[in-house]
Amino acid sequence: MSDVAERVKKIVVEHLGVDEAKVTDDAKFIDDLGADSLDTVELVMAFEEEFGCEIPDDVAEKITTVKDAIDFIQDAS
Amino acid sequence: MRRVVVTGLGLVTPLATGVEQTWQRLLAGESGIRAIQNFDVSDLPSKIAGQPPQGETADGGFNANDWVSTKDQRKVDRFIVYGMAAAQQAIENAGWTPTDEESLDRTGVLMGSGIGGLETICEGAVTVHERGPRRLSPFFIPAALINLLSGQVSIKYGFRGPNHAVVTACSTGAHAIGDAARLIQWDDADVMVAGGAEAAVGRIGIAGFSASRALSTSYNDTPQKASRPWDRGRDGFVMGEGAGAVVLEEYEHARKRGATIYAEIVGYGLSGDAHHITAPPEDGNGGFRAMGAALKRAGLAPSDIDYINAHGTSTPVGDEIELSAVRRLFGDDVSGLAMSSTKSAIGHLLGAAGAVEAIFCTLAIRDSVVPPTLNLEDPCAGADGVDLVPHQAQQRSVRRALSNSFGFGGTNASLVLAAVE
Repeated sequence: MSDVAERVKKIVVEHLGVDEAKVTDDAKFIDDLGADSLDTVELVMAFEEEFGCEIPDDVAEKITTVKDAIDFIQDAS
Repeated sequence: MRRVVVTGLGLVTPLATGVEQTWQRLLAGESGIRAIQNFDVSDLPSKIAGQPPQGETADGGFNANDWVSTKDQRKVDRFIVYGMAAAQQAIENAGWTPTDEESLDRTGVLMGSGIGGLETICEGAVTVHERGPRRLSPFFIPAALINLLSGQVSIKYGFRGPNHAVVTACSTGAHAIGDAARLIQWDDADVMVAGGAEAAVGRIGIAGFSASRALSTSYNDTPQKASRPWDRGRDGFVMGEGAGAVVLEEYEHARKRGATIYAEIVGYGLSGDAHHITAPPEDGNGGFRAMGAALKRAGLAPSDIDYINAHGTSTPVGDEIELSAVRRLFGDDVSGLAMSSTKSAIGHLLGAAGAVEAIFCTLAIRDSVVPPTLNLEDPCAGADGVDLVPHQAQQRSVRRALSNSFGFGGTNASLVLAAVE
């Protein structure tokens, strides 16, 4: 697992209070990990903070799975 | 009119988390006032407060993780955590966790706070100022809003009846209980979770009340001596935080399900001073009228009251004004009652105070004992002939108790609780 993937998953575990095993690449934040719309806003903020990048709102809306987040951050960095 | 009784109690106080732990320590004459350790007080004139001791719940300590999940703690201010802890205790104590639709629709929540998410707002302002608006949490607003305590409790338990909140400074807790009782009387609900919560002990809260010259500043080296209602050495109130919650229930509803009935809410009176933003009028007519209205609603005479839990904050002006209002209302009957200020032991819990003190009145009725006024060594003028319960709790029959709460803005509330025959 890449460094980015590891850090993304760690943030998801901490913010959503879910078991690490559930945070797979395909896991959907809302449908699979129990997040609500405000949780996803906070998650995106946490990614921005961790990776020092800016995720525009129109991109953030499309980040619905763990893999979406990893891919965006890897492309951006 | 439908009768309203108290069937559940919950407390988070500077003495303990838990009703029985708090009550035993209060009756033992313990104080919950300590030197503040968790933030810098070096430049603050008041360096002491009543804060719920951290620790294991089983030992009367406060452990936030036992009440709100760590994930959700980031989404709520500390006042909400305290309030949810008190509400959970009260609901479990009442044994009221229905699952049927009708019961959920007929159960409401009415809790309040004097200031609400003060620390959260303060931190949010710093974030926006230093790092820009994009760094502000999406939970900033719902974490800080006062009515979100009622909202969170309703969401957790599925209570879909009236959902309401009170914001009347230091009268909040009393108003919440009184208003919730009226919602039951008017048949808007059968059960209400009511109370108040506060978490304003932080740099900005202490600085704010210091700026308005309300706090004790002469006892920073002897914190447990600082809150001394009616004592000549008093010099201001001591900040406290925590929460109190009760389950109120329509009498027949409680009886039918075999609930433990602690007391009945028989009187509730409200008034405004229309005088000054922080000081009561010299003749105490606001408190006088609130007490009078509560007695009238209860259909009781002053001689029927056995115990008064006073507002008694330990401020130079307020204590004597309340005392003179009580003397005026009760006349010669003042010699037959006991009046104490439990703020001497826990400090002033602001929006939670009225709820916490109504619970103390309920327990005084249950156990036939009245809690003491600590540090009352040299009583002020006007104290002669009034039993202010100095230093030690007293065993005495309490059939009816009156609880006073007066808030900034000149907002007053009195509750009368009675034993259920």
